Amino acid sequence: MIESVPLLSVVLVLSLTAYALLGGADFGGGLWDLLATGRTAERQRATIAHAIGPVWEANHVWLIVAIVIVFTGFPRAFAVVMTYLHVPLLLVLIGIVLRGSAFVFRAYGPDDRRHERVWSRVFAIASIATPLFLGVVVGGVTEGRLPVSADGSFAALFIRPWLTPFCAAVGAFALALFGYLAAVYLTLEAQDAEEQAAFRLRALATGGAVFVLAATVLLLAVRDVRVALVASAWAIPLHVATGASALAAFAFLWLEHYRLARMAAAAQVALIVWGWALAQYPYAIRPQLTLTGAASPANVQTLLLQVLGVGAVVLAPSLLYLFGMFGPRGDRTPVG
Amino acid sequence: MDLLFARLQMGLSLAFHIIFAVVGMAMPVMMVSAEVAWIHTGRAEYVDLAKRWARGTAILFAVGAVSGTVLSFELGLLWPTFMAFAGPIIGMPFSLEGFAFFLEAIFLGLYLYGWQKLRPRAHVFAGIMVSIGGAFSGAFVVTANAWMNTPTGFRFIGGRLFVDPFAAMFNPAAAAQVIHMLLAAYAAVGVGVAGIHARLLVRHPLNAFHRRAFAIALVIGMPAALLQPLSGDWAGHVVARTQTAKLAALEGQFATERYAPLRIGGIPDVAARTTRYAVEVPGGLSFLAYDDPAALITGLNDIPRDSWPPVAAVHLAFQVMVAIGFWLALLALWAAVLWRRGRLFHSSLFLKAIALSAVLGFVAVEAGWMVTELGRQPWIIQGVMRTSDAVTPMPGLRFPFIVFTFIYIGLGAVVIALIRRTVRETVPRGAIR
Repeated sequence: MIESVPLLSVVLVLSLTAYALLGGADFGGGLWDLLATGRTAERQRATIAHAIGPVWEANHVWLIVAIVIVFTGFPRAFAVVMTYLHVPLLLVLIGIVLRGSAFVFRAYGPDDRRHERVWSRVFAIASIATPLFLGVVVGGVTEGRLPVSADGSFAALFIRPWLTPFCAAVGAFALALFGYLAAVYLTLEAQDAEEQAAFRLRALATGGAVFVLAATVLLLAVRDVRVALVASAWAIPLHVATGASALAAFAFLWLEHYRLARMAAAAQVALIVWGWALAQYPYAIRPQLTLTGAASPANVQTLLLQVLGVGAVVLAPSLLYLFGMFGPRGDRTPVG
Repeated sequence: MDLLFARLQMGLSLAFHIIFAVVGMAMPVMMVSAEVAWIHTGRAEYVDLAKRWARGTAILFAVGAVSGTVLSFELGLLWPTFMAFAGPIIGMPFSLEGFAFFLEAIFLGLYLYGWQKLRPRAHVFAGIMVSIGGAFSGAFVVTANAWMNTPTGFRFIGGRLFVDPFAAMFNPAAAAQVIHMLLAAYAAVGVGVAGIHARLLVRHPLNAFHRRAFAIALVIGMPAALLQPLSGDWAGHVVARTQTAKLAALEGQFATERYAPLRIGGIPDVAARTTRYAVEVPGGLSFLAYDDPAALITGLNDIPRDSWPPVAAVHLAFQVMVAIGFWLALLALWAAVLWRRGRLFHSSLFLKAIALSAVLGFVAVEAGWMVTELGRQPWIIQGVMRTSDAVTPMPGLRFPFIVFTFIYIGLGAVVIALIRRTVRETVPRGAIR
């Protein structure tokens, strides 16, 4: 019989990957809404809203799936993360609430400029804050400073574990990564060549930022984490693959082969998520709690895997239908 | 102090989310009914109606989705000890809820943005999937809540936890609570929407658009309102069997006695251990709880003082819920009589009654959640884990409570303004004949 812990861990990382590739890009859209400049600024905002509109709620559910896997399959890890990363998670939540609400308020509100401007700003700022703090949470789980017991001052228990240069760098890295993905995807959604060129430029610039921030994260990592990230057996082939897809994405963007660029960029981001996950393995929370140590009883994990498997059978065609219907440059007119 | 703020924050989040969750369950049924009516009759009012209801659904669903996310995180942020224990046991309904929510979100996207792209059949199908997803996701979440009231499906053997997720999911309170919540959703939203259109019909009695809207809302809401007292009776039987202290608090019953009375109204005086000013029906409680007026009811006096729920609040909330439940059932009977006489749109007294009752269903939903949640205190898992043992060690919980209070007040105000605007636009002059 296959062990349930590694299998469920793989499924968890798959849902996180889906969230990064889909939900992450929606957050990136908010960044480009805020930074829309030039003659095509208004068109850019419209394109972003168009691209996100039909799919953002479905994309958001990947986060819920991941949360449910963690508290059902790895309840002890869930409790530790929710306790000591309370503050950044709270900020993530506020971001999620304001991002989603502001988006529908803008889409379904009155056609008046002031109303649109206000909710546009809220949408954009919340879209930027959320990945920053999500990154901080990932950094906190990775860096290994979470307390082992609840003895200590407020700052020692609830602030210092995540208020570190490393966590900040991971936050910035997450934001850059999502902005990069969004810009690459948006090249295919643009309504004309001028706008497309704007998104291409943004994709190339954030691609560079991703590279710089990845190096910063490595530099700021504690020794254990750095070793896990660069020196284990799987690290070299994985980094080669990540680097190759990054270069490919760059080249395709440069040559204006946008469909290929999108595939390469998505592969790059997925490989980064997998690189992190492999470096983290076998820990749920480094270094105090392994995935096995955090696991729920085996029958619960097995049943959860079965439920997820059956669910996927229903879900996959529905998702394909959704994305097939509203692919790039699809015609979409909301009601009203 | 932090326990209090943790509970306040959880209560606030639940109270806010439940409104949107309820709308997310029932509103899609109405919008897709209007669309089906349009396909069958070809009347323009129906498609106009479907689109406007869809617009309301879009706003309310989004706020419901994000406030639901807040809740799923808060379970861990505020009650990590609870989740570390209960996560594996009630994970199954939550993962099933995840899929139901996923389907809801996917097909809502298709529905809202697919008016031109989808063929009519596919579009109606999408709307039906949204409705089914909404009902199931509500049902699964309530299943998990029912487990907190009647925890089953786990055992400790030699310090190790053994879990039977099916036994946990199909716990004794699950079926009654799920049915009660679903009926509450359809009744509250049906009457709420009917109330909005009734107000406009009082002013524009011949407006075809509002007549059709009113009729569809009644068709969804009234059967549920009529069935709700029966389902409440069932839920009451389950509480009597499984949650002694909750039953005693619901009824303000302090003495342990046979022929326990049913109390209508009244104010429990906890210090004096008596409920004053209630209209008492002799033997009524014993009969309702056990179908036997001589049945023995355990009063609060025989329950340790530190295991009492907040009696006055639970009793009051229960009275409010039951009173509204019966009033809405009465409205349903009234509607049935008028409909048989073909005078559904002509009785201005009925229209006014519905208009004035528009928010009552939502008040009852809130009161009902207070009954089930406050009535379980001081337990977070009845008889297994106390709320005070489940709370996070993080201090300063008043600050997130204050922040969420402001955010939710703000969001609530914007949603109300946007819905009002959507409603105001539905008085096109041309439609008034």
